[in-house]
Amino acid sequence: MSAALTALPGLRAGSPQVMGAFRIVPLLRESAPGDLRIGKEAYDAYGMVRLDGLPEETGLSYMSYVPHGLVIAHTQDGSEATLGASLFRRSGGTSLGRDKPRRVKLHHRMVKARAAEDGSARFRMLPLHLAMEGFLALHFRGPDILWQEYSEQAARRGLDPRHETSVRGTWLAGFEDAVRLFEIHEHQVGVLVFVADALATVFVVSHPDDYRKLHLSLLEDFFGELLYTYALLYPESPRAESRIDPRAVTDLDHLAREMDRVRTDFRHYTELLAQGLFGRPAHTETVRDLGAFTLQRFYPDFDPREECHIGEQILRRDGTVEYMKTFRLSHAQVRRAYLLEKLAAAEWDLDRAMVLLGAASKTELLKRIANAGFGYLLKPHLLRGLPVEPGS
Amino acid sequence: MTLSPIHASRVRQDRVAQEDLLLFVNACFACTGQREFYGDGHGQRVSLDFLHRYILGNYRALYAQVLALGVNHMNQALIVKNLLATGRDTPAAHRARENALVTRALHTLPTHRAMHLLEDLAKRGVNNRRTRALTQRYLADARSRDFRAVKYRRSFRRAAVHAHAPFTGELGPFMLRGLKERRFTTPLFESFRQAHFAASAIYDLPFTVAEGLAQKHGVRREVFLERIGPKLTHHERLRLSGAREAAGIAADVDWSRQPLARIASYTLSLSLAERDERKVELAGAFEASAARAIRRTAARFGRVACVLDRSFSSYGSSEKRQRPLAVALAVAQFLRAASDSFLGLWTHPLSPGGELMVTPRGATDLATPILAALRHRPDLLVVVSDGFDNDPQGLAGQVLEAGARLLPRCFMLHLNPVYDSESFAPKALSPAVPTLGLRDAEDVPTLVSIARFAAESGTMAELSRELDARVRAFLDGAS
Repeated sequence: MSAALTALPGLRAGSPQVMGAFRIVPLLRESAPGDLRIGKEAYDAYGMVRLDGLPEETGLSYMSYVPHGLVIAHTQDGSEATLGASLFRRSGGTSLGRDKPRRVKLHHRMVKARAAEDGSARFRMLPLHLAMEGFLALHFRGPDILWQEYSEQAARRGLDPRHETSVRGTWLAGFEDAVRLFEIHEHQVGVLVFVADALATVFVVSHPDDYRKLHLSLLEDFFGELLYTYALLYPESPRAESRIDPRAVTDLDHLAREMDRVRTDFRHYTELLAQGLFGRPAHTETVRDLGAFTLQRFYPDFDPREECHIGEQILRRDGTVEYMKTFRLSHAQVRRAYLLEKLAAAEWDLDRAMVLLGAASKTELLKRIANAGFGYLLKPHLLRGLPVEPGS
Repeated sequence: MTLSPIHASRVRQDRVAQEDLLLFVNACFACTGQREFYGDGHGQRVSLDFLHRYILGNYRALYAQVLALGVNHMNQALIVKNLLATGRDTPAAHRARENALVTRALHTLPTHRAMHLLEDLAKRGVNNRRTRALTQRYLADARSRDFRAVKYRRSFRRAAVHAHAPFTGELGPFMLRGLKERRFTTPLFESFRQAHFAASAIYDLPFTVAEGLAQKHGVRREVFLERIGPKLTHHERLRLSGAREAAGIAADVDWSRQPLARIASYTLSLSLAERDERKVELAGAFEASAARAIRRTAARFGRVACVLDRSFSSYGSSEKRQRPLAVALAVAQFLRAASDSFLGLWTHPLSPGGELMVTPRGATDLATPILAALRHRPDLLVVVSDGFDNDPQGLAGQVLEAGARLLPRCFMLHLNPVYDSESFAPKALSPAVPTLGLRDAEDVPTLVSIARFAAESGTMAELSRELDARVRAFLDGAS
């Protein structure tokens, strides 16, 4: 399943608003049908998500700080979906240490159905964690064929434990101000956030009212450390402007046309900047089929030379994006994924992987595996023989 | 003809002086040292303080004359304070005029500003002969001495002690012995004394003093608000109108005495439902106030188009709640009443309820309404905005520039109620269109004339003449 992500049909990019390193582009939709509504459910707690089995049993878990979940209400016949009051009840999952500030909250599954009310079906999902879980689960089972280089742990537990780090939105220098000062449009349903003109995230919901409520939740999302660095290194976004030459304008109609041209220029510039996400093929995986909608997660071909975004989306049958959230992987994360992908493609045979990865020698390949943080997959004596480089 | 080097440098100097002065006046109209939407309060104060020091150090005579231009009270007080603190730098030739300006300014400031200014001088240890004389004269003013002594007792005492002002008559016992005194013959002092022991006496006192004493005596709020009614000032009456109405008392606000921006702020503080309910009353208030302002300024404009910013940033800050939006609304009301034909265009279309239902919402698309305004072919195009246009960025300035070329007979002006601390001025949309700081709608005629002057790049001599005339008018108002 590999197809280019459609560049958000049904949505129109507005003019960017620049605040320091951040360029935030609003995404507008003239009329939202209202049959899919999204609301927030706050947890503000460390989350432990059981991916299989029941929450109380042992098994595969995803652990991360989970500040909030999204509750999605939808109808099949196109009638208005209602979120209702139950949205804002702090419920779902069992908490350890009742009545205390929550330290760990147990969630059952990334996506979990809720009781339907007022004719709207509902489910709860953990935004972005859904996509991140998909990313972490890639080749999670480890080598299919146990070549002699692999350690006992690789054979028994695969990649477990697999982990990646990210940074909270509030930690990005200047992001709080940028989000606070951003002027939300009347018909706005989403944003593209750029840090120093690198696409950081896409966030789209279905209805403008929902977006207004969820705007500040951008601060609770997580971002790759690449963007954390960019926000520190570039206090100002690169300046982009399209000008009208006042001397060349002949009359007011001409001026109106020129204004349209400037707006189009800004739109094209935004599209250009977002090429890294929308211009590249992606693998999609359907997580839940909702009848009129589909919840998917997607990831690109991991290529260390390109920017890579993972994400999740809800698509209407006609392909309209009703919800989307993406995460930009940092270089190290892309390299790790690339390595795993090539190893899997070579059926974990190191000799074949060496060719696929263009490594000069087996020692170099082993070093690359160890440097990527997967040393625990290899037998210790192989690692001991590797030349040590400072800082590696 | 060639200019001699000396003459050329003189011209340059004048040019710089003129620009500096305009910069300063602009800042003094817009900045109040409070937090804005885009700038924090500290930055605003530091920036403004620098500007004051710079102008005071380089153009002392002009600095004093700014008092006559109707800049906001906070800046007037700051100018007076800075002038008094550096009295020894006054050239002998300017001394008389500076004294007159400072005295006049102190007496025209609202009493609370003036009293706090005097207290501030005492706190900063500014103690010279001129300051002492000024303070003594201000405090000794027979008409309001007792009232000020009661309402601003702490500031009064501090300023008086600092300035060695004699406590004549019963002022001595009142300030120094206070409640220990058995009996005062001054009615207000006696009420003040009695009010500490009997609830019935509090209604002869100023509202702010009585309010605390009412609490002490456990007077019910409704009873207090009703009986204190006659003692309320215009501003207090407006501020308490909601509470008084809730208590079943007529608010009884004299709208024609309120400046437009204050009525606008009050309107915006109401919920949409309340505004809708009181639409007629509020419209009447605007009309009365605008009519009074027009009478006072004798302003009359021809075909006017006005582009008004109601983007989210016009919310201002929690310190200046909806201030930029209120000023925009006030300007719209003023210009509608003061022009033959008026077209008001907001950055985001109004709801069917009309102008009074305006809320800060949406992005700042100034370019589209400016184009619509240009199609109206006005004589005067006024843009009221904080200068941050972002839909798309920078387009509004270019459209204005192009418009200025296409309609050379239309005079364009950008009025900005927000001071940008980084550029030491209200943020401009385009260098081709004059940008001026804005405080209240009544200032619009003044600002239009200043802007015309700046646009025609008049000489320093003309500017001095203009300033001189204003200073004389300001001082003659003393009577």
